[in-house]
Amino acid sequence: MELILAILIGVLFAAGTYLLLRRSIVKLVMGIVLISYATNLILFNASGLVQNGLAFLNKDGSYDKMTDPLPQALILTAIVIGFGLTAFLLALKYKFFKITGTDDLDQLKETDAS
Amino acid sequence: MMILSNILLPLLFAIVTAMLRKQITALKWSALIFAVALVVLNGIIIDKVSQFDYLVVQVGNWEFPHGITLAVDRLSAVMLFISSTIVLFVIIYSWHTMTTEYFKNYYLTFVFALLMGVNGAFTTSDLFNLYVWYEVMIMSSFVLITLGNTKEQLTGAVKYVTMNILSSLFFLAGIGLLYAKTGTLNMADLAQKLTLSQDAALINSTAILFFIGFGIKSAIFPLFFWLPASYHTPPLPITALFSGLLTKVGVYSLLRFLSIIYIHDKLFWQVFLLTIAGLTMVIGVLTAASQYEIRRILSFHIVSQIGYMILGLALFTPLGIAAAIYYMLHNIVAKTNAFLVAGLIEHQTGTFHLKKLGNLFKTRPWLALFFAIPALGLAGFPPFSGFIGKLSVIQASIESQQYIIMTVAVIVSFFTLFSMIKIWMEGFWKENQETDESILGKPKLHFSSVLPVAFMGIITIAMGLMAQPLFEFLLKASNQLLDMDGYYNALKSPL
Repeated sequence: MELILAILIGVLFAAGTYLLLRRSIVKLVMGIVLISYATNLILFNASGLVQNGLAFLNKDGSYDKMTDPLPQALILTAIVIGFGLTAFLLALKYKFFKITGTDDLDQLKETDAS
Repeated sequence: MMILSNILLPLLFAIVTAMLRKQITALKWSALIFAVALVVLNGIIIDKVSQFDYLVVQVGNWEFPHGITLAVDRLSAVMLFISSTIVLFVIIYSWHTMTTEYFKNYYLTFVFALLMGVNGAFTTSDLFNLYVWYEVMIMSSFVLITLGNTKEQLTGAVKYVTMNILSSLFFLAGIGLLYAKTGTLNMADLAQKLTLSQDAALINSTAILFFIGFGIKSAIFPLFFWLPASYHTPPLPITALFSGLLTKVGVYSLLRFLSIIYIHDKLFWQVFLLTIAGLTMVIGVLTAASQYEIRRILSFHIVSQIGYMILGLALFTPLGIAAAIYYMLHNIVAKTNAFLVAGLIEHQTGTFHLKKLGNLFKTRPWLALFFAIPALGLAGFPPFSGFIGKLSVIQASIESQQYIIMTVAVIVSFFTLFSMIKIWMEGFWKENQETDESILGKPKLHFSSVLPVAFMGIITIAMGLMAQPLFEFLLKASNQLLDMDGYYNALKSPL
């Protein structure tokens, strides 16, 4: 199970990087979204996957089969933050398009030149 | 309690300034009072820390190391103090230089939100919590950099936003893998676990992810390109604020995190960091030399100066780290000051371009004086703070017998001097008939924009003249940073 997830993470990272290198800003945003999903999955995979395991102890403190609850808490935070960042990116893209009328990353050179 | 208020007060101030945004005068005055309150608070924290060594809060009363632990040691305390001071000066400077539009559009709110993120990052000892503070910080900085909605700003912002989001994603991936390998996120606990573990060097593959994350934030050599592409686009007070706070948070995190990892594979990290430091210094200063826009020269200089801080870290001796911290403090003050003076130049002449400037020495000698102080400070002339900074970095590299990097550091400081002289010659001494000053006349300069510049100039000189007490404090700070057992014990059973 971890192996499948690991391969999926790899594919997501590769796809995200490919999209980042395209010229369109929409694809740049999509690339960042994919990479942030892949990162969230890394967090999810961090403690190993336990099937049918609960994330809490029995009343007497014992447990039969347990998953680590911490990565799940972390991933929840990371998803929320990622959502906020994506919303900001899309707003930025919209504003950028409205003011410059272009979606082409190659048109962004002017702040690089002196 | 004091540590928590350092995070909660900026949040409160952000909310209050958001509510006051229509009453501009009340808004400005309250922001000023808030900023002064934070400076006083952090002054008290420095005093407390030099008495008790560590101030620790276990958030939510969770048992160490399960909960989030906030801890302030000497390094954090001094960083907290200097960042709130910078915010105070920037708020005073913005008084008349920022348009009313900015104040109405929550400019001050996001300044305080940014400060909250920065304070949190300086305070926390939990890695995931650090990530969250980074997000608070970059989110506010995203808003600040795009606030004017000009074409230039948005173009710069696309690069800035993309690189910063990528850096926090690298950081987050690192956190995931680190937790998988060690089962802890608390930095003190992590240090303890790595000391006990046999194959601690295996952590390097994860540490590199952290290094890239922090490296993009602190703009080190192969990762710095977003900085000069975006820092000159927003209005000047915002640029000055960013140059003072943001990259330095990255350097602070590198200091804090690598001091845990470094000892387990000293050979690798020393060579690696020394190479990065050398390249950062050289590339930053050479690209700065080719620029003709004051803000861009200064932006590239930020990169070059980060190299000196990484060099101090790479040596990893108490003196080296103390030198890195001193350099960081000096750089925060002098660089922010240089940016603010650039703002004054623009206010007086209407341009940042050296080719269009000239005659300033004759027409405005006081401006030349204001520029000379941070410029000589950055170039490293005695008695200014940069001299002590460079001297201690070079002394530390001689002590560790790293002569090559020492030579690089010396040569780079000559180039720094060269570009400062370039601004001086082109902007102040050159006879330029074509300056369009006749159109502008002599714009009236407000007291509020001169005051922070003068104050920061005084700080630059004071840091150079009274270097000894400060440096002794920083030596204690660096010994404290290297003392992992003390850190662990302080966090485990706080006073």
